[in-house]
Amino acid sequence: SLSENAKCDVHKLEEGPPLQAVLTREEGLQYYRTMQTMRRMELKSDQLYKQKIIRGFCHLYDGQEACAVGIEAGINLTDHLITAYRAHGYTLTRGGTVREIMAELTGRRGGIAKGKGGSMHMYTKHFYGGNGIVGAQVPLGAGVALACKYLGKNELCVCLYGDGAANQGQIFETYNMASLWKLPCIFICENNKYGMGTSVERAAASTDYFKRGDFIPGLRVDGMDVLCVREATKFAAEHCRSGKGPILMELQTYRYHGHSMSDPGISYRTREEIQEVRSKSDPISMLKDRMLSNNMASVEELKEIDVEVRKEIEDAAQFATTDPEPPLDDLCNHIFYNDPPMEVRGTNPWTKLKSVS
Amino acid sequence: YSSSDISDHISVTVRDALNQALDEELERDERVFLLGEEVAQYDGAYKVSRGLWKKYGDKRIIDTPITEMGFAGIAVGAAMAGLRPICEFMTFNFSMQAIDQVINSAAKTYYMSAGLQPVPIVFRGPNGASAGVAAQHSQCFAAWYGHCPGLKVVSPWSAEDAKGLLKSAIRDDNPVVFLENELMYGVPFEMSEEAQSKDFLLPIGKAKIERQGNHVTLVSHSRMVSLCLDAAAVLAKEGIECEVINMRTIRPLDAEAIETSVMKTNHLITVEGGWPQFGVGAEILARIMEGPAFNFLDAPAVRVTGVDIPMPYAKILEDNSIPQIKDIIFSVKKTLNV
Repeated sequence: SLSENAKCDVHKLEEGPPLQAVLTREEGLQYYRTMQTMRRMELKSDQLYKQKIIRGFCHLYDGQEACAVGIEAGINLTDHLITAYRAHGYTLTRGGTVREIMAELTGRRGGIAKGKGGSMHMYTKHFYGGNGIVGAQVPLGAGVALACKYLGKNELCVCLYGDGAANQGQIFETYNMASLWKLPCIFICENNKYGMGTSVERAAASTDYFKRGDFIPGLRVDGMDVLCVREATKFAAEHCRSGKGPILMELQTYRYHGHSMSDPGISYRTREEIQEVRSKSDPISMLKDRMLSNNMASVEELKEIDVEVRKEIEDAAQFATTDPEPPLDDLCNHIFYNDPPMEVRGTNPWTKLKSVS
Repeated sequence: YSSSDISDHISVTVRDALNQALDEELERDERVFLLGEEVAQYDGAYKVSRGLWKKYGDKRIIDTPITEMGFAGIAVGAAMAGLRPICEFMTFNFSMQAIDQVINSAAKTYYMSAGLQPVPIVFRGPNGASAGVAAQHSQCFAAWYGHCPGLKVVSPWSAEDAKGLLKSAIRDDNPVVFLENELMYGVPFEMSEEAQSKDFLLPIGKAKIERQGNHVTLVSHSRMVSLCLDAAAVLAKEGIECEVINMRTIRPLDAEAIETSVMKTNHLITVEGGWPQFGVGAEILARIMEGPAFNFLDAPAVRVTGVDIPMPYAKILEDNSIPQIKDIIFSVKKTLNV
């Protein structure tokens, strides 16, 4: 079906993405299923965290699903992507399974990083994490883009960061080099209005994040609408692939949870605000309404997907809670790649542990 | 030192040896590239990359803006995506601006990803004291980087070290911090025919005995190896024979080579340019305490180090801020109680 997108604000661009997009039934069902899977996975993780089965840092993505799903719909799996620590959704869209994501959160050997990385350090092919240090992923992403250009494979790198990270100096250093060297890099600022407990107005002298790239063209996109995100991403990808250099997208989105599981998320914003977003702009509801009102799917069909998703999450949670923890003799492995086995000092001089690549 | 025919040896400066290593590895593997400030059109701030931009062009030799955190991160990202970058820090003092990328993005990633994501990168540049460059430009980072699992840290002394170790570092599939020394760049060394070959590699993690001796073990790295050898020559005239070990690698530390030597000489002195606290010497002494060589010591093992102060500018002050030959001689005699 044909869909009307909201017009994007643009910066240093003649025009933005098309105002109309075609959504096929297959695409709609796929986006719905993926977003629902992401939503349920995050909510289940919330549960497991409260049961203390997941520990440490856990930054949930519920509310922002249209960003991850829309972006992936606008690029190919052969392209590259890197993000910060709110990464479970991207791990899924980049090829990870719910099972291995949840088992990583619970620190089990079946986790995507064998239990050694945790929530913030998940990787798949052409997905470089999961990065814990705010802003550090942005130069990394530009480096991936440099490799894309160097190797001449017409691939690009999507490089994500939040509104909090957007003020980091290293991001401006990266804008400069990406632009100078015309790196095929789509910088994407996921503006969910709060950097931890600090609202954008309190952190940034300019909250027009899509303009902060200065000499880099930018667009501001409704990040709650998966089609808008997809069309904007396609537009941005075309810009990169045509050799014009980097481009910047600001996705206006929202997280229902606090910054992490240790933040209730209501000391710096009102419950009313959260509820308002849920009722008026929820990405999954919006897609569902669009599909139903265009007769692209029936209520029963979507319900069936919900049931399948629920089962997938239950199975994954079951696996994640029953899979054993990593074996102790894996403790010192994976220090170096392609190296002969070596000894690692234990906690005391008499303990010598073994490390293999 | 080499057993091959001396007539095959040629004199090569450390700078030229590094340049050769870079040239050979750039030629050998298309994925290798060099980035950093002034590495291309300026021929390198210290001329280590002389001629390379002319030969390999903009794609392989990249001048960066003065933005260490950004370009170090870009280098690490490129390594993650399949290239083999050599990231030059004009001096390692500037690496502090980028140290998060070296440690958190490069060193730890293979482990955090449980083997999914290797990072084949070399960070190289001059380290430690120079001459008259004062406090902010004179720090030794061997201990800082040597502290971190996931990194290999190399500190060459001679031209042969520089060439063989840099080539190995570039071919290594892991992050390597390669600590050069500005004052050594212009120093010529005899290079054997073997070392002149394009396939000459030295293993990372193995120390070299530069001079055999029976009375005391001197362990050192980088420029201080020269001072140890000079001190040994003076002491030899008094009948004291020093065994001089050139560490070559800071991490992984070749503790076995040091232990074997100490078990022979019964005396140990470490010599470094860096500060004493939590330094390279401190680590070596701790290992000796914890290992089989302790029982062979006839005197406490000691360290000769830089003075525990920021580096001053005036020549007389600077000269007295780092170990001199006389300090090594003094320490040997104190240790041997002569």
